[in-house]
Amino acid sequence: MLDSAIFYFFAGIAVISAVLMVTRRNAIHSAVFLITTLLATAGIFLQLRAEFLFIAQIFLYVGGIMVLFIFVIMLVRLDVPLPQIRSGLQKWIALFVALAVGVEAGVVLWQARKVPGQGLLIPNPAPAGKLPPNTEELARGLFGSYLLPFEIASVLLLVAMVGAVVMAKKRTDAP
Amino acid sequence: MQTWWVELLCALLIVLVVPLIAGYIVLVERKVMADMQARLGPMRVGPHGLLQPVADALKLLIKEDLIPNNADQFIFWFAPVLSVTAALTSMGAVAFGPWFQVARDINIGLLFVVGVSALGPFGIVLGGWASNNHYSIIGALRSTAQLISYETTAGFALVSGFLLAGTLNVRAIVEHQRTENAWYVFLAPIGFFTYLIASIAETNRAPFDLPEAESELVAGYMTEYSGFRWSLYVLAEYANMIVVASVGTTLFLGGWLRPFPNVHWLGWLDAVPTLLLAAVGAYCVFRAGKQPARVQSLFMSAVALACFVVAAIFGLSAPFGHLPLQFMHDGLYGAFWFLLKVSVYIYLFMWLRFTLPRFRFDQLMRLGWHILIPLAFINVVDVAVALALSSEFGLNRWLAMAVTTAATLGAAMLLLRWNDKYSAAASAALLADSSIVEDSHAG
Repeated sequence: MLDSAIFYFFAGIAVISAVLMVTRRNAIHSAVFLITTLLATAGIFLQLRAEFLFIAQIFLYVGGIMVLFIFVIMLVRLDVPLPQIRSGLQKWIALFVALAVGVEAGVVLWQARKVPGQGLLIPNPAPAGKLPPNTEELARGLFGSYLLPFEIASVLLLVAMVGAVVMAKKRTDAP
Repeated sequence: MQTWWVELLCALLIVLVVPLIAGYIVLVERKVMADMQARLGPMRVGPHGLLQPVADALKLLIKEDLIPNNADQFIFWFAPVLSVTAALTSMGAVAFGPWFQVARDINIGLLFVVGVSALGPFGIVLGGWASNNHYSIIGALRSTAQLISYETTAGFALVSGFLLAGTLNVRAIVEHQRTENAWYVFLAPIGFFTYLIASIAETNRAPFDLPEAESELVAGYMTEYSGFRWSLYVLAEYANMIVVASVGTTLFLGGWLRPFPNVHWLGWLDAVPTLLLAAVGAYCVFRAGKQPARVQSLFMSAVALACFVVAAIFGLSAPFGHLPLQFMHDGLYGAFWFLLKVSVYIYLFMWLRFTLPRFRFDQLMRLGWHILIPLAFINVVDVAVALALSSEFGLNRWLAMAVTTAATLGAAMLLLRWNDKYSAAASAALLADSSIVEDSHAG
């Protein structure tokens, strides 16, 4: 009971501020509502006892990426709209994607209604009671069973980072 | 043993007491500054200015609340609140002694403290933006850049400590330092010193106080703030000092353990809190009669009485081991040593502030990215190697740590040399660039 109350509280905040993020004209206000959404998602992680995910969400997304977002928003002149963003086609693409996601969610929810006893399809529900320590489990997963995908992902990120640095670097050898 | 109302009480105590402590840290800072500059500091309000924080808080409360016309009203209001909330929330997982901790069974422990306090910069950057003032926005941008740069260093310095402890749980870390027979500052000294430097930068303290550099930016991101909103920012800054000092104390300075917790002939150290408080009380009694005003001597007597009462509680809780009072005894002594270490850490901050001149911004960035971050990386690798050497090959732990620390120091020397070479070349290039710009302007 308390769990679902907390869940609906955070989920409501997340959804409302996500809508507000899209509709605000001021970029900084959008960023603030995006931060609120991310924090509310972190709250849902905490409610699910996924403590490490909670802190990773706050550390990486809120504390790292969003600070950089705001940094960039402040440095870039936003009163000059970019012409490619203004194209009319984008609205239709966005509408199509939104409809597709909506239909998918609707289908999943409709199928879940048929399963008796459960609201949503849960393949392997976690056992009730005290969960195993979250951080340790995650570390075992990442550095044990999924070591190769994890390393591939980190190499990919490293390549992207080096590429970004190379592209952004001021060329000193140019005349 | 601990129920929800005890946790609630602890949380309430933090929220109520930390502003008071922050006020007194400001007073101590002014006194330390005065002492280092051979003057007296605040002396008027109360004996030796002891009531100055109360007077300041009252003054700030009744000041006019100014919001600039072109400011973003909501964010201007919200930003300082966010800073304070982040700082106070992050204290929830700090263990001020073995029993005084709000969130006890939290798996991520110290990461919670570090992660939630990482929300504080938002208050600064949003406040600076909402003020609609050039000085504010430059201060906010500087602060963001600085925090992102030094948070990486701080994080990796903490990782070297976490590797030694093998857990993130606050109480397990401290207990591990007891069984290890050593504070981690001795096992991973470089980790501690990189954390120390990064923590000064993270709290925007001199010599890294560029976001509020008064000689160039008026007051940086708080230029437009006045009265109580301004005091919220100051409260957040001082609460953050307490937070970083607590994290450093917990991970590297043995938390609430007294010095040499396992050496029996140093058991008399347990009597230090009682004796210290009794001595302070006796001094207050001695001075009470010599105060010029009646109010002041009354105040001194009250302080003396409070000291004696607390000393009596400390002293009386000691003899009744294994009774319910044992609980109180552990908690009180733990809190005493913990707060003592935190105070020394904060004193170090003040000492550095009044000793070192402020960095230039490019120097700050170079120190962060070219020296401290690589050094923190190398240190993590070296600590891991030392742990592997001692666990896999049976090498003495201290020997392994000494060897890898020496290796890290060597790497630091190399980093410094390269950096000197590079920075000389870079500033030459910068100079050439600026001369071109000037020439084109002249032309």
